[in-house]
Formats: sequence, C-alpha cells, structure tokens
Amino acid sequence: MLTIENLHAHVEGKQILNGIDLDVKAGEVHAIMGPNGSGKSTLSSVIAGHQDYEVKKGTMLLEGEELNDMSPEERAHKGIFLSFQYPVEIPGVSVTNFIKTAINATRKAKGLEDMSANVMLKKIREKSSLLEIDSRFLSRSLNEGFSGGEKKRNEIFQMAMLEPKLSILDETDSGLDIDALKIVANGVNKLRSKDNAVIVITHYQRLLEYIVPDFVHVLFEGKIVKSGTKDLAVELEEKGYDWIKEMV
Amino acid sequence: MSSIEFKEKLLASHLALEEKVDLNDPVHQTRLESLKTFEQKGFPSRKDEAWKYTSLNAMVRQDYALFPEAEATIELKDVKKYFLYEIDTYKVVFIDGVYSPFLSDTTHDGLDVCLISAALTKAKYRDLINNYFNKITNKEDSLTALNTSYTLEGAYVYIPKSVVAEKPIEIIHFSTGQEKALWLQPRNLIVVDKNAQVQILERHQSLKKHHVVTNTVTEIYAHQDAFVDYYKIQNDLSTASLIDNTYISQEKNSNVSVHTFSLGGKLIRNNLNFYLKGERCHSTLKGVTILQDQQHVDHYTLVDHSSPNCESHQDYKGVFSQGSKGVFNGKIHVDQLAQKTNAFQQNNNILLDDKATVNTKPQLEIFADDVKCSHGCTVGQLNEDALFYLRSRGIPRKEAKALMTYAFANNVLESVQLPVLKKRINKLIAKKLGVNLGFDL
Repeated sequence: MLTIENLHAHVEGKQILNGIDLDVKAGEVHAIMGPNGSGKSTLSSVIAGHQDYEVKKGTMLLEGEELNDMSPEERAHKGIFLSFQYPVEIPGVSVTNFIKTAINATRKAKGLEDMSANVMLKKIREKSSLLEIDSRFLSRSLNEGFSGGEKKRNEIFQMAMLEPKLSILDETDSGLDIDALKIVANGVNKLRSKDNAVIVITHYQRLLEYIVPDFVHVLFEGKIVKSGTKDLAVELEEKGYDWIKEMV
Repeated sequence: MSSIEFKEKLLASHLALEEKVDLNDPVHQTRLESLKTFEQKGFPSRKDEAWKYTSLNAMVRQDYALFPEAEATIELKDVKKYFLYEIDTYKVVFIDGVYSPFLSDTTHDGLDVCLISAALTKAKYRDLINNYFNKITNKEDSLTALNTSYTLEGAYVYIPKSVVAEKPIEIIHFSTGQEKALWLQPRNLIVVDKNAQVQILERHQSLKKHHVVTNTVTEIYAHQDAFVDYYKIQNDLSTASLIDNTYISQEKNSNVSVHTFSLGGKLIRNNLNFYLKGERCHSTLKGVTILQDQQHVDHYTLVDHSSPNCESHQDYKGVFSQGSKGVFNGKIHVDQLAQKTNAFQQNNNILLDDKATVNTKPQLEIFADDVKCSHGCTVGQLNEDALFYLRSRGIPRKEAKALMTYAFANNVLESVQLPVLKKRINKLIAKKLGVNLGFDL
C-alpha cells in the first residue's frame, strides 16, 4: 500500500530523515519507535504533506501513485489520514460541521454528491458510539478546551468517519490515561480490515499491547536501524533506547 | 470639480433646502449654526489625526446631486431580499432620500416608528425634539454639522416607558441610481425611555452601480434600564460610500449594543460614539469586516466612561484581501469619577494576502485609578498549522481558509440576538468568502 524508498527530508535547512525505507501492505499494522528527536513525527508530517518539510531525495508511493507533489488535501483524498500528536484548536467550528465539511470535500474530489444528511447522521452516531463519544461533545468547537484524552478520541473519531486506507497515529497514546487508551485502541482495532493499514508512531511500548503490530521498526537519527516483530518492542522496553544507540 | 467647489455647492444649495422646510420650526436655527460650523471647518483631511488613514479627497472632488430630481419607485419583489422578510418588522424605508410609504410599515400604536420630518414639524413632538435633537452630537465634527445643517428626513423612533417593541425596526435607505451621483444625508433620532426595549436594523443599499455617498447621523438615547440592540448592515455595491456618525447616550443601568457588519462598499467610515452617563451601564460594540478589492473601512470608536461601575466591551474582527484597507481606532476615555470601570477592547485582523493593509490603534485615556481596562490588537495571517490540520482532512486550501476565517469571525456573531439575522450574516460571510462551507449555516 505504502512504499517509501530512500526518503530524505529537510526542515528549515536541517536534514531530519536520512534515507528511510518502509513497505506497508494492506491489512498490516506497523509500529515505528525511537527516542525523542529521531524523526518519528517528521516522518508522519512528510507522509501527510506538511509544507514545512522538503523532500530532498527518495520516493513515497501510495498504491503505486507518487505522493511527493501532492497537496495535503490530495493525499487525504487518496486515503491518507494523520492522527495528530497535537490536534489544533479551531474555535467557532463544531466537531460535527468540521467532519461534514471534510467528508463532503473528499466526496467532491472523487466526483461524488454530498453525503445525505440522514446517512451522515447515522454514520456520526455509529462512529461516535464506537469511541464512546457523547453527542454534546460533537457540538463543541473543534478541540477547543478538550482534554488530552478528548482530543485523541476526536482524532480517532475523524479517522472512523473518513475511512482512510492508511492511518498514521502520531503519539496517539501521549496524554492518555489507561481507560482512554483502551477506548482509543479498541476503536482503532475495530476499524482495521484487510484493505487498510495503520502506522503507529510511539515512544513507548504501552500502546502496542492494545494495538498489536505486525512489524516494529526502530528509527534513529532519521533512519530505520532495526526492524522486527512485536517482540522487538518488548525488547526495547526492557533494554531502553541506549541499546540501539550502542548498536548503531 | 474640486473639493472647494463641492463645499461651495453645499453651502449655496442650502437655500434650496430652505424651500423644503418650515423656517419657523425650532431646529432651523440649529441647521444654520451647523452650516456655519461646516463652512469654517470644511471636509476633514488627512492632516486631522482622526482622518490619518482615510482620505475623502477623491470622494469630495466630484459633483453630486443633493436632492433627487424625480421621485423613483421600486418594486417590492426587487428589494425584498434586503428586508428581514422572514419575520414581521416595522419598516421605515427611503428611496433616494425620500420616504417611501409603499415600502414602509410605520406605527403610532403604543410606540412611534415614523419620520423625523413629522417629528420636527408637529407640535406634539416639540418637547421631544427640544430635549433630544442634536443634543449628544459632537458639535465640532464637520461632517456631523454638515448633516445637521441639511436635516430633512430620516427615521424617528420613540419607545415609551416600559414598552417592549415586539417587532424589530428596519431602517432602510435605497438608492436607485436615477441620479448618476447622489449625496444623501439622512438623520435619525431614537429615544428609548425608561425600562423600554428595542431592536433596530439599519441598512444602506444601492440598487445599481452609481456614485452615492451617504453622510448619516443617528442619535440614540437609552434611558434608565433601557435595552437597545442595534445592527448596521453595510454590504453595499462597490460604488457606494458611507459616513456613519452614531451618537449614543446611556443612562443608569441601560444596555446598548451595536453590531456593525461591513461586508461591502467603496469607502465606509463608522464614527461610533458611546457616552456612558449613568452608573452600571453596559455597552457592546462589535464588528465584522470582510473586504476585498479596493474597499476601505474605517472604524472610529469612542467609549466615554463618565460614570462609575460601567462596563464596555469592544470586539472588532477584520479580514482583508486584494488591496482592501482596514482602519480601527478605538478610544476609551475613563473620567476621574468613573471608578470601577470595566472597559475591554479587542481588534483582531487577518490579512489573506500581501496586498491588503490594516492600521489599528487603541487609544486609552484613563483618569480613574480603580478600573479594569484592557486592549489588544493583532494583525496576522491564518495559522498555517491549523490550515494544515484542515487540509490533512481533505478540505482544500481555499475552503480551509474560508472555514478558518468564518471561525475567526464567528464569535462576534455569537452575540447577535436575532436568529434570522444571524443566519443571514452567516450566509453573507460565506458568500463573501466565495465558497460553500459544506454545512448548514
């Protein structure tokens, strides 16, 4: 589904990614772990198309299509979804209006009519109950005054509504207590299918107990230095990132 | 024509006005005195501190008809959209400055919603006119003086003690374009007696492109415990200019709010003056300005706190693009006697491109020592991280910007107390931004 080859990326003249290779197939869950500053969040921003990051070398293909020159919205229309580590607060736009706008923008890009109000409402009800979201929450301004847990739940709610092919969860576990973590992980697991894929970016192994990855990659200084199965995450948790640093 | 020549014309044409009015009516002396003031002061220029960022030069360098030559008629169906047709309202409607009984819906039943020409001439209104007419205006202001000198027509509203006007009042001025260039000077007087309540909507609308300048003066008197909710809709064609001089006097415990929606027009200057004369007054000044092309809007506000324990809130938001210009000058004066004043002022602006400009200036003069006053102004671009967030959800850049802009202006709309108007303004803003926001407004 997603094939990344030899990806080099800069931000403000500083090289952050130094040749990433990654192959994610439909139905798979990949975890990307690594110490702070290793380039994890940069990788997610580059895949989603953030304008501050410049791709210097390498390719990113989604189902064979080159992503490099696509705008963030085009990437979203092709099925890429990024769950933000720090979702932005937008006062004055309700969660419901935001998600309706997003869904219909994607439908428009695909040449489809707006989703009917009935279907939209039904879908909102179904997906919000999956994430145990109160209906009052949906009429609040997007992320404004949300707790850390509410923000992350709202991200996964959007993921559920938009039904992306490839979801990137950037530090979705940060700021979550164990109950919220379980709700979020349960939501993600229910959305998994043989046709979509998930990249989980995390510092800790904790989230991976609930969203079990097929592959684990360790990112260090902008490169994937080690790949393995879920056991690698356990090993990392025991030995710490110094073990990787020594190995490199 | 030079600006001097146009000034001369205004002075000379006053004789023509005298044929239209009763020279014995008590305000005629006021007209003549005001004409003298205008003669001495002339049009303001950019040398005046208050007009530093707004030039009337181009405006007053051409010739205008001061009175329409022939009476124009318009069909209701052609102008229905400019009214709040969804609900029942009182209406005072003028076409090219002349009262239109056909489009109006006035009343004398428990309250007065009628014409100032009637109030000026009929004996039963004489006391009111003597007490209120031209009493709170700034006598030094040349454009106000010019308007006063030409006082002829406008709306007159009187809400007696403890009466709640059950329908909003619409004051609408249409200009038809029958005159190629027309200079209008409506004069409104609104008196809201003790414990009375009213909602008023004012609009100036040209029906086809022509040079129209409206130099309007409105006096609003809010007595003790009165409630006044006033809306100005400025969404005129790109050939229409407006100089709005509004003076508000507030007595003890009164609550007055003015919302100004500046969404279209060539040059708009809003001189909005609040005088807080009694204790525990509450004043709200809010504005949304969305401009493009060569449009120019200048908000010049004054909140004069001369009594203790009053509260004023100002919140103006502006969105500018493509060569448009915005000016905000907000003056708050707190008298030495006005202890425990709460005065807040906020002016936030977004420049959508690098061709638009904004000049914003808070001006606080505080002579009391136990007060809470704050002001803040910002000029910026839309937050790129927020735009990226929206775009990553599939919302195209243009629509993401519109949604952000809409969100930015939205909190000013929150306080609009007429739901049908709120919906209209929402739609207008969406239309101004040129996109379908994809959800029900």
